[in-house]
This record gives sequence, C-alpha cells and structure tokens, in this order.
Amino acid sequence: MPVIEAKNLTFTYAGSNKPAIKNIDFSIDRGEFIVITGPSGCGKTTLVRCFNSLIPSFYRGEISGKIDVLNLNASKSNTSTLAKNVGFVFQNPENQLFSLSVERDVAFGPENLGLKRDETRQRVDWAMNIAGIEDLRETAPYELSGGQQQRAAIACVLAMKPEIIVLDEPTSFLDPLSSYQILEAIADLRDEVGITIILIEHRLDLVSKYADRIMIMDDGQIAMEGPPSSVYSEEAKLLGVGIPKVSMLFNLLKKDGYNLGETPVTIEEASQKIRKCF
Amino acid sequence: MIEVKGLHFSYDRKEVLNNVDLKIHDGEFIAVMGENGAGKTTLVKHFNGLLKPDKGEVLVDGKSTKDSTVASISRNVGLVFQNPDHQLFSETVFQEVSFSMRNFGYSEETITKRVNFILETLDLSSYADTSPFMLSGGERKRVALASVLVSDPKHIILDEPTIGQDYHQKDKLRNFIVQMNSQGRTVIIVTHDIEFVVDCKPRVVLLSKGSVLADGCYDSIFSNKDLIDKASLMSPQISLLMASLGDLNFDPKIMDLYQAKTVLEGKLKNCL
Repeated sequence: MPVIEAKNLTFTYAGSNKPAIKNIDFSIDRGEFIVITGPSGCGKTTLVRCFNSLIPSFYRGEISGKIDVLNLNASKSNTSTLAKNVGFVFQNPENQLFSLSVERDVAFGPENLGLKRDETRQRVDWAMNIAGIEDLRETAPYELSGGQQQRAAIACVLAMKPEIIVLDEPTSFLDPLSSYQILEAIADLRDEVGITIILIEHRLDLVSKYADRIMIMDDGQIAMEGPPSSVYSEEAKLLGVGIPKVSMLFNLLKKDGYNLGETPVTIEEASQKIRKCF
Repeated sequence: MIEVKGLHFSYDRKEVLNNVDLKIHDGEFIAVMGENGAGKTTLVKHFNGLLKPDKGEVLVDGKSTKDSTVASISRNVGLVFQNPDHQLFSETVFQEVSFSMRNFGYSEETITKRVNFILETLDLSSYADTSPFMLSGGERKRVALASVLVSDPKHIILDEPTIGQDYHQKDKLRNFIVQMNSQGRTVIIVTHDIEFVVDCKPRVVLLSKGSVLADGCYDSIFSNKDLIDKASLMSPQISLLMASLGDLNFDPKIMDLYQAKTVLEGKLKNCL
C-alpha cells in the first residue's frame, strides 16, 4: 500500500515560464527509505514541497496531475492537516526554528497536536536525546551553530512522531561523525517504528547503505530509479551525480577490463569483492 | 600572509578559540577542518576583521586587524559565509554579484566583463536577471561564491563551499579555486567534505575544541585514525577501503580514486 503516489505531477512556480517538475510518476511504500538526488536546481526540493501541500498552498503556481499522500489529495489539503503525518526538515534550519529555547521549539509540535503535558515532555526528551541535543535545552536557537540548528530542527520533527519524514539535506552543516550518528538514528526509526523516510542528499557515500531506492532527478523529471547497486552501475547516465568513490572505483576498473562483479555500494562490499581476487 | 598569534576569543563567557597560532603564507591552499563547534568559522571571521581577538593578534599582510576596518580588509580578503542567506540581498543575481566591484569603484565596462565571466564559470549565466531568492539552495550558494570571487581578492576564504552542490558543480568549483590558487591567490576553505579535500590535496589545519590539533599535509592527517576520531571526521572512502585490505599490503595513505585504480590494476594483473 503506497503512502505517497504521484501521477503526471507537474508544477510551475508563479512568475516562471518553465515547469520546475514535470510529468512525475512514482509511488512510495510504507517503511521505505528513499534517497532523492540529482544536479542542483533539478527540482528535488520542489517535488517534496508537494508532499505536505507547501506547494500549492504556500508557494503559488500552477499544479497539474495528481499527488496522494496517506490517501489524501495533497494538492487540495491544508499543510496544517498534512503536517501531523508528514514531518519536514528543511534545507535551511533557520527557517523552522523560532522559539526562545530549543526545548520550547521541540515542544511546539506536540503541544499543537493537543497532547497531554506528560506525553509532550516524554516526546521532547526522547527527540532531543535522539538528536543529541539534551544539553542545549535552554539555549536559544539563534545562539546555536549551523550543525546544532540542524539537530534541533530534526528533534522538532521527531517529536511529532509523523508517519513520513522528509529531510532536505539535513546534515549539510554537520561534521561527518554527527551526520553519521543522525543518519543511523533515522535509519533506526525506520526499522523500529516503520516510519517512511524520504531524504534529499548529494553525498551518496553517506546514505547509500540505508537506501532501499535511489531516485535521480534531472531537469524536473525522474531520470533513473532503483536500488543503489543497479543505479550506480549505469555510469553513462549519472552525469552530475556523485556516486560513492568505491562504486566509482569498480566502474573504472570494469572499463579497463577488470570486472569484479556487481557495483558495490559500501566499503565492506567493495573490500570483500577485492579480497576474493587474491 | 595571514598570521595568527596566541589568539583567544569568547562569545559572552563561552571560550571558542584558545591560544591559536597559525601562519598562512601567500598562495597557500588550506583546508580548516574539525568537529561542529570546534571554532572553524570563528577563526576565519578573524581573517577579515569581522571578529577581533580578545587576546593575541591577527595580522593580515603585516597589519593587525585591530587597527583596520572590515571595509578596508575586505579589498584583499574575500569571505563567503556558510549560509548564503546571510549575505544575499539584491533584486537580481547580476546586481548581487556586481555589488562589491561597484563599491570598489571599478568602471561599468570592467564590472560587466568580470561579472559575466564569473556567472559563466559558476553556471549562473541564465539567472543574471533572476532574484537570488527564487533560486535553489545550491544555486544561492553559488551566487554567494560568485559575489566574492568576482573582485578577485588576494586571500579567498570559503566557509563550507560545497554545501548543496552536486558532483558536477563541485568539480567545476574545485577547478576554479585550484586555478585561482595557482595564480597566486591564497585559498582557505572551511569544510567537512573530506572527499572534496582529498581531491584538492591542500595543507590541512585540524581544529578541535578551539585549539589546533594537527597541521600538515592532507594524506598524513587523514590516514591517522586517532586524529580523525578526535576531530569527529570520517576517513575518506578509498583510504578506509585500503585500510580494510591492509593485510594484503594496501596502503591507507592512498585516498585518491585514480591512484587506487592504478595500484589495484597492478596487483590484479598478477592474480587474474
């Protein structure tokens, strides 16, 4: 049963004469971990804005085709209705933090769901713990570093316990170890709670091991999709996409006549395949 | 030359930089790396006088930043912020990118030539008349880069230049800054993007908790597991792959893709 389904989805921003996304068809099942990637300006952010009706409710323009999210017609629903079940972590964390303390920001969502005080408190503690920001409880968001703001934004969304989480380059300001920890926490949520994860990311080396499917967009359309290993082997079509260096290494070797099997996605896979040759 | 001597700096009571000493010679290429909150951005904001030392001093081309204004330093030191939305304000991309040159009093002809060149280089030509705020995150970042690189400053500081950039754009950006560097410009990048750093092959200054943890060539630092862990980095993929095959005599100092390919092919030739 798909949680998100798009049919022939096209959107043009008001004031622009070229569609930002066009004729998009796909479906995403419950519990899937999807990575959306592609050259900058290809329509990734525009596409996910349709998932909670930010398009067309907030960003005006012309929309056609169909987008269903959790059996609701998303383009005809309110963002406030969808927000309960579709959590967003935006590219720029400053755009979603506004309170005078991190704790208040994280509590804002659950309070608006009308949850009891105890439940709200529990969720705030849980979310801040997963995001690794317990010690920033009393800090004002504007005093945080870019990386800390990203963690706070992630905690705000987790506290809502949505069915779908959309993350738009959620770890771009974080150091590699913190990025890894956050991504592990997100992947755990998927495994334990069955949450659906949609992640926009350029750094495929960081996210490939979690992805069920990689969706590559180009010029407003889905150019390629499939499991990482099959997508990464079609090098010719991967213009502008930075596949992991271990995958690239195998593609280069293959070109020179050294075929070590299916293109690996992780370092471990690559290591095993090389080891077999010796 | 940028010289940092015994630099201490605190925001309110929170100490961010603790006795940093650093010498950056003209024409060097440096990557400043380290965990979130290590003080990287705070350090580079001292290089154009946006922040002034609490203790110690920062000399840019021999002159203490305490005795200069940001406006005068910025003629020689261009700084691109981490978050492009902190620096963009104009109606169109062209206006945004031409702003600094106009302030420096260049002729319209020079400005137009230079701006068009930089827009072309950073793949922004088709957006010259567009509002920066209509662009995607990655494109806004490139506009911010263009607006500083356009005036060809002597020392270039880029805070997280690769955020939101796809592989292709990163490659172009790298080629451009390597070219500026080879023309004698000092390039200082602050970044977490270790694969980008491996491709640039610079001197790496590793900051941790407000102090310099290590300073040296990228490959000796990145193959040192202890340093990598202390600075919350993750080793480059190829280096990790090589390390995992250490018993077969692969060297973790190899982190460049093409070098790894050559080494592997040499060994495979004897086996297959």
